[in-house]
This record gives sequence, C-alpha cells and structure tokens, in this order.
Amino acid sequence: MAATTFPTALAVPRRSLQRSIAIYAKEAKYELLKNLRIPVYAISSVSFPLMFYVLFGVVLGGGNPAERAERATYTLATMGCFGVMAVSLFGFGVSLAIERGQGWLQVKRASPMPVSAYFAAKLFSAVVFSTVIMLLLLTVGTLFGGVHMPIATAARLIGILVAGSIPFCAMGLAIGYFAKPNSAPAVVNLIYLPMSFCSGLWIPLFLLPHGLQVLAKFLPPFHLSQLALNAVGLGENPTPAWEHVEALLAFTLICLGVAAWGYRRDEGKTYG
Amino acid sequence: MATVLERNQAQEPKMSAAISARQVESQKVSAVMVATTPSATQLHRTAGIATARNLKKSYGNIIALNSVDLHVRAGELLALLGPNGAGKTTLVRMLLGVARPDAGSVSVFGADPYDGHMQARLGAMLQVGRVPETLKVREHLDLFSSYYPAPLPLAETLQIAGLADIKDRPYGELSGGQKQRVLFGIAICGNPDLLFLDEPTVGLDVEARRLMWAQIRTLISRGKTVLLTTHYLNEADALADRILVLNKGRIIAEGTPSEIKSRAMGKQIRCTSRLTMEEVQQIPGVLSVKADRNAFELQVNAAEPVVRELLQRDPWLADLEVTNAGLEEAFLALTQNHNAESKEN
Repeated sequence: MAATTFPTALAVPRRSLQRSIAIYAKEAKYELLKNLRIPVYAISSVSFPLMFYVLFGVVLGGGNPAERAERATYTLATMGCFGVMAVSLFGFGVSLAIERGQGWLQVKRASPMPVSAYFAAKLFSAVVFSTVIMLLLLTVGTLFGGVHMPIATAARLIGILVAGSIPFCAMGLAIGYFAKPNSAPAVVNLIYLPMSFCSGLWIPLFLLPHGLQVLAKFLPPFHLSQLALNAVGLGENPTPAWEHVEALLAFTLICLGVAAWGYRRDEGKTYG
Repeated sequence: MATVLERNQAQEPKMSAAISARQVESQKVSAVMVATTPSATQLHRTAGIATARNLKKSYGNIIALNSVDLHVRAGELLALLGPNGAGKTTLVRMLLGVARPDAGSVSVFGADPYDGHMQARLGAMLQVGRVPETLKVREHLDLFSSYYPAPLPLAETLQIAGLADIKDRPYGELSGGQKQRVLFGIAICGNPDLLFLDEPTVGLDVEARRLMWAQIRTLISRGKTVLLTTHYLNEADALADRILVLNKGRIIAEGTPSEIKSRAMGKQIRCTSRLTMEEVQQIPGVLSVKADRNAFELQVNAAEPVVRELLQRDPWLADLEVTNAGLEEAFLALTQNHNAESKEN
C-alpha cells in the first residue's frame, strides 16, 4: 500500500496504563458474563467433566478403599485435563469462529479496542472456568471418592491444569481462524474427543494398545495429563517433567503460528 | 428536498462553529505532535477528513473497487449510494482500517487507518450477522464506551439512540429495529468525530427507518461528519449533503441530492407509433426503449425534445403519455445505463 500523504498528525495520544487496565478488566468481565449466561456453554462445560469424573473416578470399579482412592485421584488429574480442554477449545475456538465469521470481531476491530484485550478476555474466561471445574472435581473426589492430598499438592495440581489451558486456548485460536461459525463446534468435537481418548484420559494409557501409546507422545493432552499425574505422584512414565513442558510449549507455538497465518488470510477475505 | 435545505440552513452556524473549534483543536494537537511538519493541518483541511485515492481491491476474480477516489469533508453527511455488491462495504472497511486495498491509498484524519492510531475518533455501524446475545444493551454500550478516551455519558447514548427503555434487555431478545439501534449506539457511544454507517436501515420497516433517520440527523446537528452507505435513493436524498453513486466498484456520479436526482430522475414516454423499434432508438435523448404490447416505452432524461422529434417523424403517433420515472426506478436506470455502457466498452 502506498504511503499516506503525511505523518499521523492528528493521532490520538497514547492511552494511559490505567485506562488500558480498565479496558482489559471490562473486556474480561463481559466475556465471562457472556459465557456464564450461555447455558449450553456454562452448564455443559462444567457438568460433563463432573459427570464423567463421578462415573469413572468415584462410582465404577471395585477394590479396597486404598485402590478406590488411588483411582479417584488418578481420574481427578485426567478428567480435570479433559474439562480444561473443553472450556479452552469451546470458549476460545468456537466463540472466536462465530464472532469472526459473523462480523462481530470486525465491529470490535473497527473500534479503538486493543485486539490483545479481546484475546486476553477469552483466556481469562477459560482460566476461570478451568479453576471452577478443578475445584468442583476436587470437592467431589474428597467427599465421595476418598481423595486425600495435602493442600500444597492440590494447589499444584490445579495450577498445572489451569496453566494447561494456555496450549488449548492457542489451539482454539487456530481453529477459530479456520473453522466456519456453523461447523466450529463439530470441528472441535471431532478433534478433542478422539484426542482425549488417545491421550489416555478415558482409559489409562498402559491399558491401551502399543500403537496408541506411541501416538499419545504426539498429543498435547497426554503431556498435560502426565504433568498433572506427576503432581499427585501417579505419573506412569519416567519422562522428566520438562520434556512434557517442552512438548506443550512447542504445540502452543505451532498453534499460534497457524493462527497468525489464519489471521493474515482472514484480512484478504470479505465477510458480510 | 425542501426539508433538507431547511435543515442545512438552520444548522450551518452551529456546524461551522463546531468545525472551526475542531480545527483549532487539531492544530494544537499537530503542533504538539509533529512540530517538524507544519503543513500537516493545512493538508488535512484541503484533503478532507477522510480521503481515498485510486483505491483498487479484488477478491479473486471479482473486482470490488476499481480506481475509487473519495473525499469526506468536515461536518458533511456523505452518502455512498449503490446497489448490493457495488463495493460500498469494501470501501468502508478500508476507511476503517479493517481491510487493505490492493492499490491506492487511504487517509483518515491524516493517518493510515490500518495503523490504528486514530480509531478513537471513529465510530462504525457495520452489518453484523450475530452480536453476543446474552449481554444486555447497557453492557454492550458500557464496554464500547470504555475503549474511547472521552465517551458520551451512558444516559446520553441511550437517549440519542432511543435505547433508554430497553437498556436492561439482553441483545438476543430485541426486535430487528432495536438491534439496529444498539449497533447505532455502539457507533456513537465514544463520541467520535467521524461516523461510518453501513446500511443502517437495511431490513427495517418504515417507522423504524424514520426513527433511524431522525437519530442520524441528531448527529449532524452535533457537528459530526457522517459517511452513510445505502441502496435507497430516497434515504440518501433525505439525509445527505452530497451523494456518490457507486456501481460495480466505480463511482459513476457525484453531486448534491438534487443534482443526482436530476440526473437520475428521467421521464418515461409511452406511445403507439408506426416507427420501428430501431427508428425510435435512434432518436437523440432516448436512453432505452422497450415494446409493451402494441406500445413503446421510452426512458429519457428530458421529455420535450424527444416528444417533438417523435411527432415530427411519425404523424400518426398516438396514445402519448409522459410520466416521471419513480425515484428507485430512476436510480436503477442510472446504474443500468452505466452497466450497458461498460459492456459496450
């Protein structure tokens, strides 16, 4: 594009830090409110992991109390991972696909809103939902599943899983820039349900065929769940923690790269 | 037309006061920010608030904009008139900096809008498929107001946009007209100097459209500059100081509403004649002819010379009727003539 005729003579002065913080806070508040008021999102994102946790971690299976407690603790890590994935992929990916594809993001971009505030708000919402899910699972596990762990361990588990929403928000970002508004929920389901299974979130990995165990090494939920299991002392493989962190970091960067490509591709397109 | 003239006259003093105040302010800003380029303000005044030069944009094989030039002057309401797919929205998106032209340049308040430095002085009402439905009207306005350095008080936005009664309703529960008003409220809540209204009344019933027109007039009376796109000639006529007619990515006419109307407002001549279609077509001033049962229907700009010629060439001419072409038909004729010409070329 040709240069403008003269410099930004009439540009508005940069906004102060205080005002920037106020914008980020308001954006985050309304993103959270918006999601809390969508029953499909708010209820299903919390109730699905809870339901599966109760089923697989608390109700099903026999054994002595110690075995039951261990299963409840193991499932707390894996179903927590599952819940975090869902809120991140749906809250970030599907809502971005809808708002981008139906012109709402364009209204926001035409305003003076800092684009980063928009994404930060979605990340914030995913983090809040992730924390709520983890607290609920932990409460149910402690009350009914015989889960017993020091507060520091519980905090570490929650911290790891909530931080684990970042790679999946990045993945949501990438999906959000490529999926169409109507197909985005299906795309997310098609990716994350098989991915959860193959990563050993439903059935512990050592019970799965060898081929899947190899495949799992390439799937981010495997690495996140291993980090979570290590935190509660149930990690099954001897891989050091930093390798899982590295894998998740690499995955995040790949997703951000794909999203950046989608963002640029998007600019050349017309919507509405 | 009379109402438009009255409005202009009545508001001229207020408007020019607002403009000069703004120019003084902008001079101050530019003096502070770019002391090295003292000519910036001068350029700004001559170039207009928003300027596009030789804009080109295509999407695949479709040419959306083809060498478009545009100047928006301070304090005016400029209407961009054209049928669907003419390129109006594409042009607005470039002026807003949410899309980039393939060639040409855009300047808004003296800057490239794509850099995003002057968005705080712009407001935009765009066509949106879906707005987050669970947020309430006042929540949407509260959020968008927070983006701007000196927004209107919420009560004032609600009042101008006619939203006071529905401020606590979730967006998803509103009627079509109310939804449009919320988008209008979002555009004005930051108290911007320049507003882009992209098809603000599309899909509205007559009453809701009149209400929107009154709200747009309120903005003009406050000294705002407005770029409005529409495919209704009567809307452009009722609101605009100046009209640009855009068709197939090209500007095909520019002028005041009365100039555009006189260009577009042709006459229709109906008659039965022994002349052949070709002979009628050859009469100077005839834009188009079609046979309607045993009669001809001619579209012309001015009826008198054509009628004179018709009577001279065919002494048996009968059933002569001259009528005004309707506003919308005339606009259609204007764009269709252009299409026919461009095909010949």
